[in-house]
Amino acid sequence: MSSEFGLRDWLLSEEPSSRRQAALSSWYNGWLRFRSNTLAMVGLCVLILIIFAAIFAPVLATHDQFAQDLGQRLLRPGVDGHLFGTDGLGRDIYSRVLYGARISLYIVLLVAMVAPLLGLIVGTVAGYAGGWVDIILMRITDIFLAFPRLILALAFVAALGAGIENAVLAISLTAWPPYARIARAETLTIRNSDYIHAIRLQGAGPMRIVTRHIWPLCISSLVVRVTLDMAGIILTAAGLGFLGLGAQPPSPEWGAMISDGRAYILDSWWVATIPGLAIFSISLAFNLLGDGLRDVLDPKDNGS
Amino acid sequence: MTAISVQNMNVWFGTGALRADAVLDVSFDVNEGEIFGLVGESGSGKSTILRAMVGLVPTWSGTMQIAGETLGKKRSQAFFGNVQMVFQDPYASLHPRHTVDRVLSEVMRLHGIADVDERIVQLLDDVGLGAGFRFRYPHQLSGGQRQRVAIARALAPKPTILLLDEPTSALDVSVQAEILNLLADLQQSQGLTYIMVSHDLGVVGHLCKRIAVMKDGEFVEVLSVEAMRRLEASHAYTKHLLASSIQSVS
Amino acid sequence: MIEPLLNVENLWVRFPSRNADFDAVRGVSFTLGQERLGIVGESGSGKSLTGRALLRLIQSPGIVEADRMTLHGENILHASEARMRQLRGGQISMIMQDPKFSLNPVMSVGQQMSEALRAHKKVSKSQARIQTIKMLDEVAIRDPERVFDLFPHEVSGGMGQRIMIAMMLLPNPKILIADEPTSALDVSVQIQVLDIMDKLVRDRGMGLIFISHDLNLVAKFCDRIIIMYAGRIVETCKASELRQAKHPYTLGLLNSVPNLEHPRDRLDVLKRDPAWRDAPSVSACQ
Repeated sequence: MSSEFGLRDWLLSEEPSSRRQAALSSWYNGWLRFRSNTLAMVGLCVLILIIFAAIFAPVLATHDQFAQDLGQRLLRPGVDGHLFGTDGLGRDIYSRVLYGARISLYIVLLVAMVAPLLGLIVGTVAGYAGGWVDIILMRITDIFLAFPRLILALAFVAALGAGIENAVLAISLTAWPPYARIARAETLTIRNSDYIHAIRLQGAGPMRIVTRHIWPLCISSLVVRVTLDMAGIILTAAGLGFLGLGAQPPSPEWGAMISDGRAYILDSWWVATIPGLAIFSISLAFNLLGDGLRDVLDPKDNGS
Repeated sequence: MTAISVQNMNVWFGTGALRADAVLDVSFDVNEGEIFGLVGESGSGKSTILRAMVGLVPTWSGTMQIAGETLGKKRSQAFFGNVQMVFQDPYASLHPRHTVDRVLSEVMRLHGIADVDERIVQLLDDVGLGAGFRFRYPHQLSGGQRQRVAIARALAPKPTILLLDEPTSALDVSVQAEILNLLADLQQSQGLTYIMVSHDLGVVGHLCKRIAVMKDGEFVEVLSVEAMRRLEASHAYTKHLLASSIQSVS
Repeated sequence: MIEPLLNVENLWVRFPSRNADFDAVRGVSFTLGQERLGIVGESGSGKSLTGRALLRLIQSPGIVEADRMTLHGENILHASEARMRQLRGGQISMIMQDPKFSLNPVMSVGQQMSEALRAHKKVSKSQARIQTIKMLDEVAIRDPERVFDLFPHEVSGGMGQRIMIAMMLLPNPKILIADEPTSALDVSVQIQVLDIMDKLVRDRGMGLIFISHDLNLVAKFCDRIIIMYAGRIVETCKASELRQAKHPYTLGLLNSVPNLEHPRDRLDVLKRDPAWRDAPSVSACQ
């Protein structure tokens, strides 16, 4: 008991005595602030639940995700031990949704690594360098922004061939421009601040300034933006799957599952609705999480 | 010996029709160990002179010699080891996500100084903070403490010249007194040369021996603090400035 | 005894937070008659929040509590929000530190001023224009008709602050709260702006609350001074008797200002005594 209080005090100390304590205590303070936001906590819980489901899909699944049984096709939820019913080929929807979570999370994570990083590099370099570097980089960004996202992704997938990896690549390539814009706008306000001047006066080069001083300040707003965009990324992936350009059958990608269910939507609503609900809950979870993170990470009300 | 020599300095912003001249034909010399003051209203170009000296404003002409080095467009690493600057607003001059420790250790690494740990403790001691402040973030510090950290950062590469851009104008008077005392002590103990910019004659008069009065980018007058105290200003603007300052403290 | 313009008893401003409530103003009592009252303190002493609390401008989650807060005998602590809107500007006006942030950048100076007037007084548009120009003239603005059509970015800081004063005095309020009205201005303009404000306030028999960190400036322009520390009043005195002030905090503030005419090798540094924080607030009622 007392050691627990000791840890809390240690984390909340106004006078940290080591680098590690300072870093941990700033994380802990952020966590405390995040925790006080109920909706964000709900989002986090839902997300943890989905991640949990994805990891333990083999244990939790009641059937083989690919096993077809035409005699058992289009069973209502709850009938014959099929929790969410079966689809047009008699596959268990519950098991498929569980495995589908793996695919969705895989897509989201890959996009979330590639697109913001690309945007961050382009945006901060453009913002810090200024001049013609800025003009060239931002016009390229504008060209990408001018295309409708799904159409551009379609074009990429059509060129690269259908499949999850290519879908991820296509989504990433269409998703980075907004991040570049945000990162550039942030950089423009940061680069003329006194603390950047101060480090320039210590002889720091542009590389160091951008990566060590500007990135840490841009990352918070990008992280928030990414979590808010996650929903859109999942939907684009689902859209590509729906159009047959993302995950290929029989893979249980949620968008592809909805696409399959389209044929039976009037008679057997559950085939399309269950994966739809899964997409809805993961999107909502990411949105709520993003809102909470914005409150925690916003440098404006950080501290003082 | 002359530490700083500036001859016929002009500084401008923008080009063509948008060109605005911020500093016009300014010349001055500062001796080693001297504290030189620049006084003027906002927009008179006093901060711009400092910024041109350290290379933050690239559009200048004239000749500048600082610590024996004639300055061109680029500043060498040795220059930054020799000349440092303290900014006006301590709330804006520290990186919000870096601890005091990180700020100071990065500076020392940039200048290739060994035994970082010892030096940080020493520096924090020098500016009257103590090692307890080492791992704090800026938001855990008061305005005066932040300015002390900024001074420690400027002192980290062991410079001989400090350029002070209104170092106390964002602080309360009681804190201002602490910082002014600290600056005076550091100057004494380390034999530093200061150029101090301020709009407050009281502050400049407290630290500086020689004071240049600026208006619209030009030096209207350079006079000693004793002459100023005796109100022996010859230029009308200086008289006006003196009158309003004296009035406000009487 | 005549009822003072403003009567405040035991004012608290409290900000609830996760760990512990933070009391920014702690039990402040004072009265304001037709006089110039200065409130001095360092940043964080609660002086600005005191001024804002009088107008009930404390933002949520801040809480204002008081035993009594009356304007002309009218309770303003529990007045409706609609009534407060009438009082703000109509009876009590406030001038903020930086005119740049107080003026709407997309409206001309004159438009804003006549609108402010028409919000509180029933006057026609042309009448409002005449009164506005007359008021601009009173704050020593040359060529007021030209200034009437200028936009805020086209006027200098000193002129902007004079325009703010004119705008705030236009509806003939009884009380003016000036929160650091000149700290964003250059020294030589400061005195001029304060002189104008001072003259207008005196001519109209208004009450002035002058909030500043600059003890000497306040002493020059006020009749009575309240010195605040950590949300409490530690001392109050007549401006003329400031030199006889007793509290070590007041003395510390006075002596820490560098003075051109009386040079010292070292400035006195304030030694903060924790007991100042806990001592009961001094009443500044008259």
